[in-house]
Parts: sequence; structure tokens; C-alpha cells
Amino acid sequence: MRGWPSIGRIRWGWFLLATAILLLLPLVTDTLTPTVLLIWALFALSLGMMWGYAGLLSFGHAAYFGLGAYTYAIAVVNIGESTIPLLLAMLVPAAIAAVVGAMMFYGRISDVYMGVITLVVTLILFKFISATAGDAYVIGRARLGGFNGIPGFHTLNVPGYPEISLFGVPTYYVCAAALLICYLICRWILARSFGRMLVGIRENEARCELMGYNVPALKTAIFTVCAAMAGLAGCLFANWAEIVTPRVFSLGQAAEVLIWVIVGGLGTLIGPILGAIALGYVKLLLGEQTLIDNSLILGALLIIVVLGIPRGVVPALQRVWSAGRRRARRRAGDAGVRRTLGTSVRERP
Amino acid sequence: MDYAGVVGLEILYMIAFLALTSAGLAVVFGMMRVINLAHGEFVMLGGYTTIACYNNGINIYFAMLVVAPVVVGLVGLIVERTIIRFLYGRMIDTMLATWGLSLLLIGLVTLIFGNTAVSVPAPVSGYQLGDYQMGGYNLFIILITVALVLVMWAVLRFTRAGLIARGAMQGPDVVSALGYDPRKIYMYTFTAGAALSGLAGGVLAPLTGLLPSSGGAYIAKAFITVITGGAAVVSGTLSSAVIFGTVNQLVSFAAHPVIGELAMLALAIILLRLMPKGITGRFFRDGT
Repeated sequence: MRGWPSIGRIRWGWFLLATAILLLLPLVTDTLTPTVLLIWALFALSLGMMWGYAGLLSFGHAAYFGLGAYTYAIAVVNIGESTIPLLLAMLVPAAIAAVVGAMMFYGRISDVYMGVITLVVTLILFKFISATAGDAYVIGRARLGGFNGIPGFHTLNVPGYPEISLFGVPTYYVCAAALLICYLICRWILARSFGRMLVGIRENEARCELMGYNVPALKTAIFTVCAAMAGLAGCLFANWAEIVTPRVFSLGQAAEVLIWVIVGGLGTLIGPILGAIALGYVKLLLGEQTLIDNSLILGALLIIVVLGIPRGVVPALQRVWSAGRRRARRRAGDAGVRRTLGTSVRERP
Repeated sequence: MDYAGVVGLEILYMIAFLALTSAGLAVVFGMMRVINLAHGEFVMLGGYTTIACYNNGINIYFAMLVVAPVVVGLVGLIVERTIIRFLYGRMIDTMLATWGLSLLLIGLVTLIFGNTAVSVPAPVSGYQLGDYQMGGYNLFIILITVALVLVMWAVLRFTRAGLIARGAMQGPDVVSALGYDPRKIYMYTFTAGAALSGLAGGVLAPLTGLLPSSGGAYIAKAFITVITGGAAVVSGTLSSAVIFGTVNQLVSFAAHPVIGELAMLALAIILLRLMPKGITGRFFRDGT
């Protein structure tokens, strides 16, 4: 595994610019589409953090997205107020991820088998939830509803005021805030020794282990954190769609997020976000016509990226950009030397 | 007594179904350590080929037993030449690329055949077992699978090609030092695996209506059968097919088909956790 981008650090200028754009966007456009794009970006960020930095590829990250969505829907139907369901939508996926992760990582299962197990977990959930039609499957007051899902639940409200629910622009701002906060959390993790250890595991797991780090515990920890983020994304998605169906657990959903992340860029945080926004937008556009199937485009894209730019678009652009800067600096340096010496410098080291 | 017979036959059928749908994947995984996530779509293509042939007046047995394997084998050859061969040794990247291929094939078939179910009638009529009416076609699938397993075993065990293939699996360096090109062996192996998937798709086509996304129904079961079985192609696939088929059907009869399927998937996770190299990685080591 050569050619990973550096860990990077936060660039506050860009961050503030992005915040400003997100703040002002509702003035120029309808927020329905941007809201779901931000949710998908958050979902992709949660996988990109795990895969790009810790080197843990979950083929079934959709499981935690779906668990977040279903947890929120079931809890809010029973409770009626959205604050606790929102927290549960992060805690339940995190708890399940902790169990699954501990089982895999303490068992020292290789990355390929991790892919298989995460995929099978997602399939189990998809099969189970799809089969829950009928009166036998009721949690409290919530009917699971099988393939039709759970419609018409209470959307997010101002904490403590169940009668003031959010929709439209406020929901958009909640999603934007969630994305920005999770981005900051990821950056914070990466700036701390925890993040450095994760990258160390990605680079050379045996060496980290020999240096005395508890590799299974670290892997389980990041798996849990990223599952909580995916759960939050799932919860917001449930709010946006105002219905949850087993589709959130489907193979298609699992493949989609993976493609957003790998196309956007591994080993960066902005790559998965931009990948999800761009490809998510393409998906919405393709959904409006029936000539070309969305999965055709996504499949072709995935093959091309894996064969051609296995680190994704953003790292590739970064490489081009930094190479260009180096060249420019060298040229500027040459000119400076030429000025001081009054001769032309032809030889380069 | 009749009921026991029904349950026994259903268990046999499930074992046969698992062995049949995972044979192609097992060959590719066992020989090449490549996990082909487009396996389900290869099976689906075999089904569509059979149906297209049948609709054009070709004998259905000829279509499913000859045309489907040949067509899907050719597709496999093209895929190996254009995608897989660049990714040998990069397991995760292979999984990603073949997942892309799976989506691509689904999209293509949707484009050509549309997103509606197509089907062919089963060519074997049902029969009476005591008080129970049984589908005769299930029996046909069991027989085909037994024949297929025997042929695979015989080819691997007694022919020169099988010897080379087993050699390439155990020590690619040695085989290549003896003058056989491992890349060529891999190419043939992948083509053979795809052909087996096509055969499975053809034979299973009359069972259910076929959709472009039908591959997803096979991939999960085939996947866990092969991975749990481990690297040995015949004994691994057979042993895990027997375990999963039995568990699936017994739980299905005791509770509910969905619970049976869930029990099978959960058992797979536990087995993988206990034996990450698969059943044959632990118990059998002779390589067939």
C-alpha cells in the first residue's frame, strides 16, 4: 500500500468558507436536495474516516446507517419527542458495532474476512427487517412493517418542545451542523495520538502491536465511533425521507457509499464528502430519466477508479497540485538565483 | 414417515442448491484467492441466457447445460482479460472491482431485458410422495449437482489439467518453474469458474422468476458457503454446503423460512470467527 496522502491538518480558511457557503445556500436554492446530499456526505465521511485512515474496509457500513434510521423511527414513535431518539440513533449502532468489531478484531480476522462478515451482518439485517410484516413484529407502538417500512413518524423537534418540529430550512441547518461537527471531530481524532496510532495500524499493524499498542481495542474504538456517525446520518436520512424502509440496509446502499468514498479519495476527509455530494447529485439526476440505469454508471465508475486511480480523485488532484507547486517554486528559485548571480542556472540537482 | 422423507429431500435439495450456486465461486476462490463479488450476476446471466434460448425455440436442456455455461464462460474470459488480471494479489481491490462489475452487469441487463421478471416453465413434472406433492425439478437439481461434484472431483484428481491446477493452487512458483505459466492457468480457471456459475444459473432458471437483481439472492449464500468451506474446492464446498443446508432447512421447518436463513447467516459468522481459514483450512488438507 504505497502512496497514501499525508494525514493533513485542518485549514481554517477553507473550513470557514465552507461554513459560509452552507449558511448562505438556502438564500439561493431550495434546500431539499442539498439536505440529502449533506446527509450522504456525512455517511461517506464516517466510512472514509475508518477506511482511509485506519485501513478498515467495512463492506456493510450501510448496516449502521440503517440501524440509525430504524432506531430513530422506532424510538420516536414510542416516545414522541425527538431528543432521546436522536441519541439512541447513535448509541444503538455504536453498541452493535462495538460487539461486531470486538468479535472481528479480537479474533484477528484478516481484511478480506472482515469484508465478508460486515457484508453478512448487513444482509442479515436486510433479510430480517424485510420479513417483519404483520402484527407479530411490533416494538412498543411501532410496527416494523416489513418491506413497506415505517412511515409517518415524528420528525426532529426543538429539544424539549415536541410541538415545534423542524422541516425545510431548519432541517437543512441541522444536517449542515452535523456534517461540520463530525468533520471537526474526525480532524480532532486525527490530530491526537489516537489518530496517529490508527494511521500506524494502517501502515504496519504488526509493528504497532510489537510497540505495545492494543491494536484490537483501537480498531474496535474507531469502528464504534464511525458506526455512531453513520447512525446519525441514518437518523437524519429518516427525517429527510419521513419514512424508513429496508432499502437502507440493501446491498445497493452498501455499494453506493463505498463508491462515493473510493471515488472521492481515500486517506482524506474532504474526498469522501465531495464524492458523496457529486455522485449523490448525479444519482438524483439519473433518477429523473429511465434511459441509463444508475447502477450501470456507478459500476463502471468503480471499476475505472479501482483500475486507474485506486486512491481516488482528491488525492490524485492533490498530487498534481503539489507537484505543480514544487515546479513553480523551483522556477521561482531559479529566477532568484539568476538575479543574484547575474548568470543563468541550467543545472538542477 | 412421509414427512421425514419430505424434510430429508428438502435438506438434500438445499445442500445441492448451495453446492451448485457456489461451485463457480469456489473454483475461483480456491485456485486464485480471488473473491468474485460479481458471481451472483454470472449466475443471473446464465439464467437469462437459458430463457433467451428457450424463447427462441432451442431445447431447454441444451440451453441450460451447454449454451449457458459457454456464454457465461466467455463473459468470464473477457472479464479476466480486461479487469481481473490487473489486480492479482490485491484481494480487496479485486473485491471492489468485481462489485463494480456486478453493478455494471445489473445495469446492462436492466437496459436490455427491462426490470421485469421473466421465467421458463420447469421441464420436469411433480410427483407424489405419500400424502405430499413434490416438485420433480428439485430432484433434477439434486442429480445434476451430484454429477457436477463427481465430475469436478474426478477432473481435479485424475486429469493432467487438474493436477496442474492443484499445483498452481499450492505453489504457483513451483508450477511456473516447471514451465507452466500461472497467468494462463488463472485465465482458464476464471473462465471455468464463470462457466460453472453460468451452468448453475441455467439449471436454476426454471425455479423462480428472474430479475436483473436476482444475483443478490445467490451471492450471500454462495459467499458464506465458499469462505466457510475454505480453500479446498470440492471437500470444502461440500462440507459447508452440508452444514448450512441442514441448519437452514431444519430451522425453516421448525420455525419459519426467514428464521432458517438468518440462522444460516449467523452460523456462518460464528464459524468464520472460530475458523478464519475455513473448515478445510482446519480439518482436510489434501487440496481437492
